[in-house]
Amino acid sequence: MSDAPEVNRPVVTPVRVVIAVCLVAPFVAMLWVGSYAKVDPAFIGIPFFYWYQMLWVVISTALTMVAYQLWQRDQRARKAEQVRGGAGR
Amino acid sequence: MNVLAAGTGGVNGIALAVFIFFFVAVTVMGFLAARWRKAETESLDEWGLGGRSFGTWVTWFLLGGDLYTAYTFVAVPAAIYAAGAAGFFAVPYTILVYPLIFTFLPRLWSVSHKHGYVTTSDFVRGRFGSKGLSLAVAVTGILATMPYIALQLVGIQAVLDVMGVGGGPDTNWFIKDLPLLIAFAVLAAYTYSSGLRAPALIAFVKDGLIYLVIAVAIIYIPIKLGGFDEIFQAADAKFSAANDAAGKPVAGLAPGEAGQWTYATLALGSALALFMYPHSITATLSSKSRDVIRRNTTILPLYSLMLGLLALLGFMAIAAGVKVENGQLAIPQLFENMFPDWFTGVAFAAIGIGALVPAAIMSIAAANLFTRNIYKDFLKPDATAEQETKVSKLVSLLVKVGALAFVLTMDKTVAINFQLLGGIWILQTMPALVGGLFTRWFHRWALLAGWAVGMAYGTLAAYGVASPTQKHFGGSSDEIPGIGEIGYIGLTAFVLNVIVTVVLTFVLRAAKAPDGIDETSPEDYTADAGDPGVIEELPPATAGAAH
Repeated sequence: MSDAPEVNRPVVTPVRVVIAVCLVAPFVAMLWVGSYAKVDPAFIGIPFFYWYQMLWVVISTALTMVAYQLWQRDQRARKAEQVRGGAGR
Repeated sequence: MNVLAAGTGGVNGIALAVFIFFFVAVTVMGFLAARWRKAETESLDEWGLGGRSFGTWVTWFLLGGDLYTAYTFVAVPAAIYAAGAAGFFAVPYTILVYPLIFTFLPRLWSVSHKHGYVTTSDFVRGRFGSKGLSLAVAVTGILATMPYIALQLVGIQAVLDVMGVGGGPDTNWFIKDLPLLIAFAVLAAYTYSSGLRAPALIAFVKDGLIYLVIAVAIIYIPIKLGGFDEIFQAADAKFSAANDAAGKPVAGLAPGEAGQWTYATLALGSALALFMYPHSITATLSSKSRDVIRRNTTILPLYSLMLGLLALLGFMAIAAGVKVENGQLAIPQLFENMFPDWFTGVAFAAIGIGALVPAAIMSIAAANLFTRNIYKDFLKPDATAEQETKVSKLVSLLVKVGALAFVLTMDKTVAINFQLLGGIWILQTMPALVGGLFTRWFHRWALLAGWAVGMAYGTLAAYGVASPTQKHFGGSSDEIPGIGEIGYIGLTAFVLNVIVTVVLTFVLRAAKAPDGIDETSPEDYTADAGDPGVIEELPPATAGAAH
């Protein structure tokens, strides 16, 4: 990131797209109820419907963490650029 | 306590003793909290936002204590106990909440800290220069919060009933309600003296107890009942019998075709509504930096996991043969049947304290709204900081007394109905708040009109829902016009609200209707602690107590 060229960064960057995907994914997964409204396969006796959604608690947490890390890196890079570029933006 | 027990039959003495022990301990903490990291000044920031100085962990406990209330702990498994899969929507709902927080709350934090906003209405007034719109948001917030506080009391009542101190149907009303009155007097007294610091400190105890109880329940009860296989078989058998009796699917282990829209819209609508509630905003604004909020979205889901496990207790209650007429009693009864007495006491203490924390935060949030956006904006514009704090404290008392009167005088279903309406109502403030955080394009009058339409539609639609036991307010789902599926009324009303707002904004902009003055600037929305102009946290007076 440190050797990025000193041009104005566009608002939409690949990193930001990844962040958006991380944040949108849980909505797609959870609102598409038809994809998980079933009983089998069960896990230690718990029907699919329940353990799948609890699994998504973990998945969405991981995705939010990734988004958080990427966002921080993005912000730091932008700040550093502003300092170096003076009237960078 | 023997007096209270007279005539009620089985009072669980050991459980009651443990319950009282925890309750007293928490009360002492609540009063001592006033000295915790206190600054010298007497302002609304201090009392109502804890000096805006809470770090990641305190914020985590506070938000967790706030969002996952005693009522949640009683109601979610109760819904599963009654209807099966449909009650599980609470889990996707809490999953969806965090990406939403991540996206918009840091902006609210920044602009609030730049301009000293304490409530969402403060922000709306500053952003759109409209006192009318701000008043609409404030009134909606207060209306939606009151029944929520009342429901916390319903949670405590459920526990007291099962312990045998709630009194039978023929006991004198005063003796019957005395334990609840005591619990509430205590809550009111320490909120009054300690402000937001009291629930923040007590939230530690509450969450510790709840995690403990759930960890034990989720391991101990399935072992006693013969494993999850047995539990779900028993549940399946009960639901099949219920479906046969009704002649149509009313319950099941997975939602049927018809229930899927309801499930998804309830999850989405509730997730959108959650962060419109004044008490969740209060807890968020009390954190000390923008980063604390984002970091919290990565650790708060622990509560969702807990909620999921807790929901499964509803099935366990079925398998354990718990038979209660009032579904709210299913979980307390399950605990009493399954646990040794002393641990039943711990579990009940967890639920009881779990009601006190959110009730305290909610009453503070409602009081902040009243003071800032009704008292100061309309009644006494030149109020000093001391006067504001005084009014806020008084109102927080009034709000609680109101909630208490509500629970004692009216049927429990009334509280639940209003809570349901509250969720629909609060969602209608979203276009003004979240819209305002990202764009100034919406016109203030259009937002107000959209809000009015959403409120009216939501209320009427909810009024028209009948259930086997009630003629009106029988549920929160109704047919979605134009789609024909059954969905959450709040979300339908919200969509209508947005359509009206957008159309009217086009009209008003074309007609060049006067736009209010926006006192915020684009940089305000990304400012962080330490940036120029950002209100610094107040220094902790007691060193070492921090974090």
